[in-house]
Amino acid sequence: MLDDFATRAALAGLGVALAAAPLGCFVIWRRIAYFGDATGHAALLGVALAVATDVPITLGVLIIALVMALIVSSLSERLVSTDALLGVLAHSALALGLVAVSLLPGRAIDLDAYLFGEILTVTSHDLLLIWGGAFAVMALLAWRWQALLSATLNPDLAVASGGNPKREKLILTMALAIVVAVAIKVVGALLIAALLIIPAAAARPLARTPEMMALWACVIGAVSALGGLHLSFAYDTQAGPSIVTIAAAFFVLSTGIAPLLRRG
Amino acid sequence: MSLLSAHKLTLRHNGQTVLHGVDFAIERGEIVTIVGPNGSGKSSLLRALVGAMKPASGSVARAPALRIGYVPQRLHIDSTLPMTVSRFLNLPHRQKPAVVRDALTRAGVPELAHRQMIALSGGQFQRVLLARALLNAPDILILDEATQGLDQPGSATFYRRIEDVRNEIGCAVLMVSHDLHVVMAASDRVLCVNGHICCEGTPEMVADAPEYREIFGTGTRGALALYRHEHDHEHDHSHEDA
Repeated sequence: MLDDFATRAALAGLGVALAAAPLGCFVIWRRIAYFGDATGHAALLGVALAVATDVPITLGVLIIALVMALIVSSLSERLVSTDALLGVLAHSALALGLVAVSLLPGRAIDLDAYLFGEILTVTSHDLLLIWGGAFAVMALLAWRWQALLSATLNPDLAVASGGNPKREKLILTMALAIVVAVAIKVVGALLIAALLIIPAAAARPLARTPEMMALWACVIGAVSALGGLHLSFAYDTQAGPSIVTIAAAFFVLSTGIAPLLRRG
Repeated sequence: MSLLSAHKLTLRHNGQTVLHGVDFAIERGEIVTIVGPNGSGKSSLLRALVGAMKPASGSVARAPALRIGYVPQRLHIDSTLPMTVSRFLNLPHRQKPAVVRDALTRAGVPELAHRQMIALSGGQFQRVLLARALLNAPDILILDEATQGLDQPGSATFYRRIEDVRNEIGCAVLMVSHDLHVVMAASDRVLCVNGHICCEGTPEMVADAPEYREIFGTGTRGALALYRHEHDHEHDHSHEDA
């Protein structure tokens, strides 16, 4: 079954979508969308460094994504105006990555593949990495769910009841780095943040509890992944952007429909 | 021993002494209000008593295994976070449904369990925060300007509820407030703080104290009397309902 490239692509898309969706909810609740952008864009730099130093690409991306996420996280604690700073970091990371890629001696890498993903060339080995990462993220979130929610709701209240918001933030940071590392092959550096945010945003009007929002985000993410692949096969469009387009359509639909439902 | 006490407590914040030489104790079942102008150190005192702030000198003592119910000033919940009241009350620890129902009833808002947190009015929201503080059957309720943003009748109703809760479960109440006249009527004892304890005693004693009048003027005295009148009326009314 895994011999079929379409099946492998579908499984890869599902794995990334299921890990990104619940994490994306936290990204939205904490208003750190740019956080995803900065970390996702830094992935390209990770690719360049991995190729230059002969390290597996996933490992290179994981390390750079983690470093970037930690930098953003610690800076955002110290500075008041983080919006501009995160914008600067997100785009600088992308530019630096592009420069680094073109500086690679002799070995041209397929830039498009890392910017937009190349889900159709996913190997069984990639699948193992993607699902391993996805399970790690889902397990991490499930294990810390109550504490993560409390810290997200209000850090002071969390402290008052014996929690440790700093630790929870670090856990989210690690989860984000893992998602970026496994998602780059599927949607590419440019659209990783989209896969985090859009299914979660589309799920918001449909949910009354955090759990339902995460669940809906998973459903929307999964359907977007499969629908996007279908679109890509049918019309020969790029797979990563197709997946994000379907997710965006869900967002428009759910945001448009929700007020009507509430009225009725 | 006292539930909470401070001995010769001095607090510094950013290198500045905000409070010095404070001796304080609160007993089981007592309602104590801390009043004082902005920057007088009243919130710092509260934070030191719950252990969120370290004394520069002096000491704080807490009764063994003291259960504190804390009601913060105001809690912002992001509109992107869907959260029903009952789900909110299950954070960070899951509670039995009966415990949640009981807390909401004590806070006077049993009907709110399935509402969205972001759809609540200011008064309802503070009641839910009160319910949250009541979840673990506290020995002492600590409220940090818990009625900021509520109008005067709203504040009065809120504090009346606090008084009822105290009578029902016998917890002590320690609160910091701006709403002098409203809060003072419900208090056994008032502490007027301005860098140190200026004066202390029953609400009437403090309202008449020259130290208090120097800080707050005399204007609140009339409002206190007015409130007391309304308060008695409302109080009888609520008993008829019960």
